[in-house]
Amino acid sequence: MIGFLQILLFVLVAAGGTAVVLTRDPVLQAITVSLYGVVLALLFFVHQAPDVALSQIVIGSVALPLMILLTLAKVKRNEARG
Amino acid sequence: MKRLRLALFVPGAIALAAVSGLGVRGLHPLGSWHGAYGELLNGVAVGERNATDVVSAVNFDYRALDTMGEEFILFASVIAVAAILKKDDQEGEEEPDEPRPAPDSDAVRLLGVALVPATVIFGLYMITHGQVSPGGGFQGGVVLASAPLVVYLCAGAKTYLRIAPPAFTKLGEAAGAAGYALIGCLGVLAAKTFLENVLPLGQRGHAWSAGNIQVLNVSVGIAVAAGFAELLASFVEEIVESK
Amino acid sequence: MIGWLPYAVAVWLLLCGLYGVVTSRHLVHLIICLAVLQSSTYVLLLAIGYKSGAVAPVFVDVPPGTPAVDPIVQALMLTDIVVEATVVALLLALAVQAHERGGSLDPAKLASLRG
Repeated sequence: MIGFLQILLFVLVAAGGTAVVLTRDPVLQAITVSLYGVVLALLFFVHQAPDVALSQIVIGSVALPLMILLTLAKVKRNEARG
Repeated sequence: MKRLRLALFVPGAIALAAVSGLGVRGLHPLGSWHGAYGELLNGVAVGERNATDVVSAVNFDYRALDTMGEEFILFASVIAVAAILKKDDQEGEEEPDEPRPAPDSDAVRLLGVALVPATVIFGLYMITHGQVSPGGGFQGGVVLASAPLVVYLCAGAKTYLRIAPPAFTKLGEAAGAAGYALIGCLGVLAAKTFLENVLPLGQRGHAWSAGNIQVLNVSVGIAVAAGFAELLASFVEEIVESK
Repeated sequence: MIGWLPYAVAVWLLLCGLYGVVTSRHLVHLIICLAVLQSSTYVLLLAIGYKSGAVAPVFVDVPPGTPAVDPIVQALMLTDIVVEATVVALLLALAVQAHERGGSLDPAKLASLRG
């Protein structure tokens, strides 16, 4: 019924979610959330959902970390400006 | 303070887990779903609409009204971000920052030259072939929006402003969002319902096929690409200032 | 028993995200934990629509009669992912504004509202 690859990916997704929450520094978290996005996209791909996997890759691995890093840069610039 | 929060959280979490576990027991085990609506659509969608990607057909034809709501959520959110992060005139008395110059490294510029055309072509391919293979307006739009970003990173702020000036991105986003509603009105003009598929259906598997679905994909792609470019520009304020 | 693994993963992600939101010390960290919360719904929806032995609902190279996975649930997931991106963008802009008005990104220090 369920293959070994699917079970492995589900466990990896659970571990990835825990890792994202336990990373406290936001800059490191941007990288962790990008990797988590790739693992989620792999999960979607193995479960025969290519459209959703494409969407998850572009948004969860590219757009989301980008917005996080831009926010942190802007906050730092506002702080330096005083 | 943190201990108090944790002490309040743990019983609530246990209760939530217990209730969720009870709720999940009513679901079927993985792999044994027999939804009638899904099976019906899989059977008729290809024949009725000449679209081989059934998920795109669902998104842009059978449930097109939901996608219109989703696109307007994106539109409203981009406008709200631009409004929140706009610099007020009273606060702008400090001198603006230097716009980001082009990086000195030749390797970075070469990488930009190599990446940008591939990204643009791939984004356009994904947008226009949404009804044939996996892809569509949203995915292709975000891929297309990453091309100006690569230009900004590899060639500096001035080149970015020449390629994607704020006037273009605002125009593109509004045109994409309004275009969706106007294409829906074609159905009303043809004496059928709003957002009904009235354009010629074409040949299965070709780029020009599935009528309304392809045109709606292009409209959503333009809106999403312009919207994400404007979102990036809102966060990087030096672009807005160096007019 | 193993057929309920995806639902267990969804509930686990929900609890993890909630724990992150409750015990967060940085507004941006809180927003990313909210994204993890939303990803628990993707896993739930994916597990509901899956049929074993079926192909993807794209009929380019297979004839249109072969059993395929449910496309409606995948359309729901697509909308879900796009809405997550827009909500995170808006929340990040609000966090920048909160930092400007309040002086810090720590939710505990921002707790007191000034008039």
